[in-house]
Amino acid sequence: MSILNKHPQRDSAATEAVGGDELLVTGGHTFSTLTDKVSGIVETQTPPKWYLLFAMAVSGLMVLMGAIGWLVWEGTGIWGLNNPVGWGWAIVNFVFWVGIGHAGTLISAILFLLRQQWRTAINRFAEAMTIFAVISALVFPGIHVGRVWLAYYMFPIPNQMLIWPNFRSPLLWDIFAVGTYFTVSTLFWYVGLIPDLATLRDRATNVRKKVLGFFALGWRGGNRQWQHYEKAYLMLAGLATPLVLSVHSVVATDFATSMVPGWHTTIFPPYFVAGAVFSGFGMVMTLAIIARKIYGLEDIITVNHLEKMNKIILVTGSMVGYAYMTEFFIAWYSGNEYEFFAFINRALGPYAWAYWIMFLCNVITPQIFWFKRLRRSIPVMFVASIFVNIGMWFERFVITVTSLSRDYLPSSWDYYSPSIWDILTFVGSFGLFFTFFLLFLRFLPMVALSEVKGVMPEADPHHYHHKPKSAGGAK
Amino acid sequence: MSQTLGALARFANPAELIEAAKKVRDAGYQKFDCHSPFPIHGMDDAMGLKRSPLGYIVGGMTLTGATVGMTLQYWIAAVEYPLVISGKPFFSWQAFIIVTFALFVLFGAFGAVLGMFHLNRLPRLHHPVFYSDKFAKVTDDAFYVSIEAEDEQFDDKKIQEFLSSIGGTDVELVAGE
Repeated sequence: MSILNKHPQRDSAATEAVGGDELLVTGGHTFSTLTDKVSGIVETQTPPKWYLLFAMAVSGLMVLMGAIGWLVWEGTGIWGLNNPVGWGWAIVNFVFWVGIGHAGTLISAILFLLRQQWRTAINRFAEAMTIFAVISALVFPGIHVGRVWLAYYMFPIPNQMLIWPNFRSPLLWDIFAVGTYFTVSTLFWYVGLIPDLATLRDRATNVRKKVLGFFALGWRGGNRQWQHYEKAYLMLAGLATPLVLSVHSVVATDFATSMVPGWHTTIFPPYFVAGAVFSGFGMVMTLAIIARKIYGLEDIITVNHLEKMNKIILVTGSMVGYAYMTEFFIAWYSGNEYEFFAFINRALGPYAWAYWIMFLCNVITPQIFWFKRLRRSIPVMFVASIFVNIGMWFERFVITVTSLSRDYLPSSWDYYSPSIWDILTFVGSFGLFFTFFLLFLRFLPMVALSEVKGVMPEADPHHYHHKPKSAGGAK
Repeated sequence: MSQTLGALARFANPAELIEAAKKVRDAGYQKFDCHSPFPIHGMDDAMGLKRSPLGYIVGGMTLTGATVGMTLQYWIAAVEYPLVISGKPFFSWQAFIIVTFALFVLFGAFGAVLGMFHLNRLPRLHHPVFYSDKFAKVTDDAFYVSIEAEDEQFDDKKIQEFLSSIGGTDVELVAGE
């Protein structure tokens, strides 16, 4: 310990901020100005850009409703599915959206357990993103059954036919894993919101105060409450961590437990989890850059925060790239000709265009983040995050479609292309996601105020032993 | 009739609040609390609080969830609706682990949230501290000690002197019905 304390680097860091950490909130904020900044977003006039974006999002939502309406009326025949490819964009979109959710839980739970204090600036809206992404994801298993009014068959509900679901099926595991994931994410998010809703409540008047007061549950910020609250938060983080790792593993078993070449591999669960975190961070990045710009949150979500996220994108992107290469190696090394064909077919077959879009976006793009200047350049990271989103959608497309379109029997091969309804449903799912997300930005505090305040140097009682006259807390 | 329900005093920062908490505890008060916009490290010890029992609630709930999950699947697959699927045994427990785990987490999460609500007696929309207008700052940047009138040592006159003597400002008695 004593050696650590005397380490020269640590000492020089300690001069910047108490505790040896860099300052997470810049711009000379106090607790009070921070409250004003974040609460002000939902209390004052909304920027006109919000209305423009909201109009676009709601248009997208209506497209989704229309596409689903036509699907219910006509059946899954309106999609581009054909005989070998019975799983098309519905599963691709489902996996895409569930994957995006994973970054939110990683930030809120895993980084919490790892004591990564920088997570506080982004965890609230990353968690919101998780919830809305999982809602968008759950639309697809709900509608892909075709006869949506029979979707309740998926649940173990006593029924007049005396039949029950098959619990040996990964598709049923999915229902439980993703359903639990959605519920736990929502609980986690709400628990985090309670102190901040109390902050908004105490600034509001009349009806607004009553509504906020209702949802803040009468929070008083007493340490007798904080004690149980922090414990609950820790417990939720501890439960959500294995859950998030399991959810995409279970999604991966939808593929991996089948006997289809290209799917039947043990690498799928970890590789799906890495890909999910990768894609999720891509989406967090896209949203964070837009939100901090529109709402002027540059002091709270600093370039340092963005740089840290870029490092995670680099790590997970490289893991995904490594998994692509391992898959290829094992396909060859296994000596299984069907397996090897599936991979040659991915890279050089009729869907080679999709494979190489995926490869460029997922493997090459994140490598630019080895360079510090690019890692800290906002235009660069914005474009890169879009590429990541595109690449990860194509990954799921490549996995799903290439393996199905050319499996064991050449006589049953067929080329799959989506119909206009596939495309509209997918575009519409973005409308659903952004409608929820924009409403969240408008009505709820998008930065976890109590948590950000808690990681400021002024929140540490020891801070005042160094500077006894500091007025960090009270004005 | 309006009656005194408690007393409030404001402190400048987390360090002072911790010092105040120690003094209030040492003075023998039981029904007091320290309010802050965020949890403060070391406050549990300063106030002399016991460990939160929430872990036991969550532990019990997770085990309940796992038991429910495995029993549900056993009953469905081996008792109520036995079907041979891929030649596997009716009670193929390995395949049932995932749903068991999902319910383990689901029950545990509800245990954590509802258990926390129970221990904190939430929701409670009405509380004496809300009678104070200044107290609203506690969710922004203020640090308060509150002592309830129900405390055995509570005395309308002495309490104000006491809170001032330990460094509190804006000392006030909260009165209501």
